[in-house]
Amino acid sequence: MDENSTETITEETPTRRPRWGRILVWVGLMVLLVILALGLQRTQQGPIGIGDRVPNFTLTTFDGEQVELKDLEGKVVVLNFWASWCKPCEQEAEDLEMAWRQYQPDGEVVFLGVDYVDTEPEARAYLAKFDITYPNGPDLGTRISQAFRIKGVPETYFIDRNNTLQHVQIGPFSSLAQIQANIDELLAQ
Amino acid sequence: MMLRTIKPLLSITLLLLALSLIFVPAVFAQEGDPGAPTDDEVNAIAKQLYCPVCENIPLDVCGTQACAQWRELIREKLSQGWSEDQIKNYFVEQYGDRVLAAPPARGLNWLVYIIPPLAILLGVYILYQAFRAMQRPTSPETSTNDTPSPALPPDDEYVARLEEELSKR
Repeated sequence: MDENSTETITEETPTRRPRWGRILVWVGLMVLLVILALGLQRTQQGPIGIGDRVPNFTLTTFDGEQVELKDLEGKVVVLNFWASWCKPCEQEAEDLEMAWRQYQPDGEVVFLGVDYVDTEPEARAYLAKFDITYPNGPDLGTRISQAFRIKGVPETYFIDRNNTLQHVQIGPFSSLAQIQANIDELLAQ
Repeated sequence: MMLRTIKPLLSITLLLLALSLIFVPAVFAQEGDPGAPTDDEVNAIAKQLYCPVCENIPLDVCGTQACAQWRELIREKLSQGWSEDQIKNYFVEQYGDRVLAAPPARGLNWLVYIIPPLAILLGVYILYQAFRAMQRPTSPETSTNDTPSPALPPDDEYVARLEEELSKR
């Protein structure tokens, strides 16, 4: 055996220490990426699509009454998002109230008003100004508007008897006839 | 004679006018409600809140009607004797956590408070390791600058050819 080969054999090999630090960092990064991915996926989800089942929610009205969507199954629901500071909401307020008064006696249609990011005295003043009589309540914690992922106010959702979304109106209605047409279509189903 | 009687009257009138100019603003200031919250007090809370309608604009500088209503609500609550925390809690209850400038430290929000210091610590550790690696003396096997190259045998054919070529020039 020559001298060189002896040197190679006797050379000290460095001891491999466990690389817990690196493993921890990689695991941490992976967890962070998963959280980011889930967050992105959530934000990328658009509004509830036509034909999708509407998630259940509970609206506590200004009168203290609790209205749960699942209890309204079998009826057509007109869900209107509004606010007292919203000028376009004022354009449709009277038409919505007129439509409600027209359909209320039959009991087939329910109107719900969700007051988005508003202050109570101004909201109550708005309801009084337009003499709105259908159930209205604040969107506490903005839970309902987040569930529907609304982009602004006014927005109106037409939900059929099976709690399925059938039509969305972004912005104010142009006329009472437009509201009626949407409701009549759902009543005919 | 006439001038003598008018002069003191004129002086008194001027003095009264001057005094009225000094004291009128003070009178106006006293007319306000001493218990009413000031704009500064309202804004001190408002700047910690964000209206979901006007994203990324603090409530104290937001110009929309919705934000003006919110500021009035803060003023109303302050005048009712509510504390800053009570008002902030009320807004969270009404409009959700997202109205707060600093998210509450619970649930996934903890990540916001944990990740930045962890990232800084990790960066410091990586830098420390990098500096240590730079300061470590290089092993003799890999070093080529300081150690002389081993002498080539004089009868090396390549060296002979090289010298021959050089001598031709």
